[in-house]
Amino acid sequence: MLIKARINGIDVQVEKGTTILEAAGTVQLKIPTLCKHPDLHASAACGICIVRIRGSAKMLRACCTPLEEGMDIITHDPEIVAVRRTVLELILSKHPNDCLKCGRNNDCELQKLAADFGIRQESFKNFLSPLPPDDSTGTIVLEPQKCILCGRCVDVCQNMQNVWALSFLERGFGTRISPAGDIKLADSPCVRCGQCSNHCPTGAIVEKDDSGRVWEALQDPDKYCVVQIAPAVRVAVGEAFGYPVGTNLTRKLYSLLRRLGFKAVFDTNFAADVTIMEEGTEFVERFTKHKGPLPLITTCCPSWVDFMEKFHPDMMEYFSSCKSPQEILGVLAKTYYAEKKGIDPAKIFVVSIMPCTSKKYEIKRCEEMFASGCQDVDVSLTTRELARMIKQAGIDFVNLPDEDPDHILGDYTGAGVIFGATGGVMEAALRTAYFVLNGKNLKKVDFEDLRGLNGVKEAEIQIDGKKIRVAIAHGLSNVEYVLNKVREAKKNNQELPYHFIEVMACAGGCVGGGGQPYGVTDELRKKRAEGLYKDDKDCQLRFSHENPYIKKLYEEYLGRPLGEKSEHLLHTHYKARPVYIK
Amino acid sequence: MGKKIILLADTERSEQEKLRDFYTSFANLIKDNGLEDSVSLVRAADIGIYAKGFAVKIFPQGTIYTGVKDGDIARIIEASVKADGVLNDLLFKEEPKQIRIVLRNCGVIDPESIDEYIACRGYGALKKILSGMTPADVIEEMKKSGLRGRGGAGYPTWMKWKFTRESQGDKKYVICNADEGDPGAYMDRSVLEGDPHSVIEGLIIAGYTIGAGMGYMYIRAEYPLAVERVKKAIEQAYDCGLLGKNILGTDFSFDIDIRLGAGAFVCGEETALIASIEGRRGTPRPRPPYPSVSGLWGKPTAINNVETLANVPYIILEGGDKFASIGTEKSKGTKVFALTGKVKNSGLVEVPMGITLREIVFDIGGGMLTDKPIKAVQTGGPSGGVIPVDYLDTPVDYENLQKLGSIMGSGGMIVMDESDCIVDIAKFYLGFCVDESCGKCAPCRIGGYQMLNVLNGIAAGSGTLEDLDKLRRLAQAMQRASLCALGQTAANPVMSSLKYFENEYREHIVNRKCRSHKCRSLMTYSIIQDKCKRCRVCVINCPVNAIEGDREKGFFIDASKCIKCGKCFEVCKFQSIAKE
Repeated sequence: MLIKARINGIDVQVEKGTTILEAAGTVQLKIPTLCKHPDLHASAACGICIVRIRGSAKMLRACCTPLEEGMDIITHDPEIVAVRRTVLELILSKHPNDCLKCGRNNDCELQKLAADFGIRQESFKNFLSPLPPDDSTGTIVLEPQKCILCGRCVDVCQNMQNVWALSFLERGFGTRISPAGDIKLADSPCVRCGQCSNHCPTGAIVEKDDSGRVWEALQDPDKYCVVQIAPAVRVAVGEAFGYPVGTNLTRKLYSLLRRLGFKAVFDTNFAADVTIMEEGTEFVERFTKHKGPLPLITTCCPSWVDFMEKFHPDMMEYFSSCKSPQEILGVLAKTYYAEKKGIDPAKIFVVSIMPCTSKKYEIKRCEEMFASGCQDVDVSLTTRELARMIKQAGIDFVNLPDEDPDHILGDYTGAGVIFGATGGVMEAALRTAYFVLNGKNLKKVDFEDLRGLNGVKEAEIQIDGKKIRVAIAHGLSNVEYVLNKVREAKKNNQELPYHFIEVMACAGGCVGGGGQPYGVTDELRKKRAEGLYKDDKDCQLRFSHENPYIKKLYEEYLGRPLGEKSEHLLHTHYKARPVYIK
Repeated sequence: MGKKIILLADTERSEQEKLRDFYTSFANLIKDNGLEDSVSLVRAADIGIYAKGFAVKIFPQGTIYTGVKDGDIARIIEASVKADGVLNDLLFKEEPKQIRIVLRNCGVIDPESIDEYIACRGYGALKKILSGMTPADVIEEMKKSGLRGRGGAGYPTWMKWKFTRESQGDKKYVICNADEGDPGAYMDRSVLEGDPHSVIEGLIIAGYTIGAGMGYMYIRAEYPLAVERVKKAIEQAYDCGLLGKNILGTDFSFDIDIRLGAGAFVCGEETALIASIEGRRGTPRPRPPYPSVSGLWGKPTAINNVETLANVPYIILEGGDKFASIGTEKSKGTKVFALTGKVKNSGLVEVPMGITLREIVFDIGGGMLTDKPIKAVQTGGPSGGVIPVDYLDTPVDYENLQKLGSIMGSGGMIVMDESDCIVDIAKFYLGFCVDESCGKCAPCRIGGYQMLNVLNGIAAGSGTLEDLDKLRRLAQAMQRASLCALGQTAANPVMSSLKYFENEYREHIVNRKCRSHKCRSLMTYSIIQDKCKRCRVCVINCPVNAIEGDREKGFFIDASKCIKCGKCFEVCKFQSIAKE
């Protein structure tokens, strides 16, 4: 139902239920906000977005008040602006003034608002709470002193991710964000997805910056630095350089990384193709030869793995033992590549550029992450850290020439690149599974049903007369629905609801990862994913098993998928990690 | 002769023992006359009469005697207990200023006896609605009564019920908000402790009207006696078939459960209260949607305060018109206030809307406690304001109090005299709100703290005139941009006191003086040499050795060392310490 109203004297017509904030946007009016995020419920915490009905003294919050028929809204008048300014100054009075040293300098919503309002002085005494930072997870750093209590991280952590690592503690002026019971984040249920850092408007939660270690390694003549870039990075890093959202910068990234000093530039997409060979085969083995329980559940996402180990350890047996592409590339660089090049693996320094904070945790997750004899991936950086490194290096990224990756771990197929979007792993796996089961390739390569941003996607695929039921969940709050269906069926000895399940911790999959550029919305997730699907479409090869370097890898080194060497290098195990138990 | 109930009250409100002695004398004479089986003797806390000695009220006649001495007891028994006569010399003839509707049974019946409540027409209203009134009839009656929410905001009760009734929902809830938290206010506690059934009956009627099958009593855990009595009352109501399935043989079923508040003032705010019942952190959420549309567990919910609900059975029994005949045009019925401060008779008063503050303070309250003149009356607790003496003749109702910069609130009323410092009062109330802020929204969380910081500076003698503008600016931000009423009204005590007593603020800032000698930092202590006996008691007691000198030359207070603790002033037996 449409309703009619007026905002600042302009007629608006919007769907019933539209908030004043959204309605104002339709007539080019921007009401400032600080706590509202398009992904999240309006918490109404900051008090910046106040507006009023003409003639009324009372002020309403535009972020959460629905526009009603006949309303006559004023979004800006002297009192409204004055109140906004006072509230902003109040927020600043409990926030450190050390922007220059902050991880969000120049990319901070509070700083931007202060600039917009022309704040030039401290009207109120600054009261800082002496709260120490928490970097215990080694992935994200919580700096409660910089927190403005907008509540986004709590909403993300509790409702979007269903992790409940973060909550509000105490009340009034002493309110703060912390894991319940004031424990360290590392001891909390935190799965390091970093969505809190991605949604934080200030520098109160940021990724742990490891770029220093990379600079150091690049300067070290004894180190042979190689690098890999994850699928989702290539379609997001451009946002930091003014590119339209979703622009694919794969080949510019290759030349960039070479200029930064990496001796070999690889692509995680290649390892994704390996993953498909291993995991696809694992699925076929379980599906046709019953060499393990079904459903098979994907394990590319370390936050999902951590979440399962903490909250759903009963699902462990269904997990694919296959490592994530990041780890596969790392171990192959230090074994296969090292052997072929005749380099001492101990000298190889593998850097990965990931859309993810959790990948920093994955590189030391368990002993299998040291399968090459040393740590397979040395440093994992987020997209955001890479963007900063590019700027520090003074490289004119926008005008860089396109280059190609280095062989034997750089060439990829379209199946590998779609790993970065929700449903992509499943789609890539099905392409190869079809081939393994049927002996020939699919005619219609695109699985449209598996794409898109619905929280849970279910589909049934016919292969060789057999029905394969699959489910895809992204955003950890959507997992339970899928797992409970499996549990229910197992309990009642019913037919399995699914044979194959893909889970990604972050909404949208890795394109919406916790280490990606700020300001993510569903629209951005969609555009980034489109960038990946376009890359897939443009690839000459769209089946992992057709990648010539994959064939070569198995012929020359691994033997066969799930073979002895593969098992040793490319597979891992899981263990229950119950929370709140020491 | 039927059984007589005799209430004994001490209208002077002196020591408990006095009334106990009087009671004993009365009881002994009753016994001597062999009347113990036909008389029930009750010690009442307050019967709405003040400063008239001991009072005796005899039911069912309703005869009231005041100024009763021990020697009068025998006469009273002879004339009015054994017979139905009246002693004209002791008879209380004045029309009491108070009208007791909410407190009608408090102190009259045994709160733990449902029989006594029923004997006082208790559950008669429930019976009346269940035997012929539709929910629409009830709403109509409530509309006639003009009853407005007594929790503070004054929203018409009938509208709240109507909206909740009209909202779609497979389940609906009613909640009694008994999370009374204003400092010094205990109206709701008194009703729950003194007449729990009236609230329960009101809640059942609310449930019937809106179509709810479940009601919750949300009581603060700091009221253990109230909780116990409500619990007992609920059990009794279940036993009598007044709660549970098919109440009084009708199709209407209704259950009540108790939920305890964990001590957060903000949980009196309805959306925070709902969050608290649901087991979440007690913080307010934005409205709309209002609870009448989406409340407890997302279902339509009506939340009414204790006092509001206690009015309901009366309205149903006596009719909305009768209720509406009391009060002013827009504020009907009575209001219970917790009268306290520098007034002779502090306690609960229930007065008709429209009574003036002067009548409450001087006629009911018995005037000022000391010979110091009245300075102001604070109403509405931490959300209210300070009303100066010039406005004492204002009729008390929702609109008038608001016009004066205060609010009706839940009913706190504090009388202040010239010994009360206005900055200190503002600091106290704001400090309460700062402590109780839930911390969710920035204007309240930080604004209140900053404001308190400014006030502390003024009280400590480091204020500047710019601080007054700063206070106004902060107040504006809190009033306009806070999410819930706690933050929106937290600045009221500061703003109203600044409006009427700006001079006193300026004295603190410009002259560094607190005329009421409340702001310690602004005081100076000195020794009046003419009076000083040089006994050295002050020297010995000074915790910071700020008093110097010797018996020869005399003693002096070193202002740079003095911490203004007032110890010397206290210990000096010769009033030779001057405090300015």
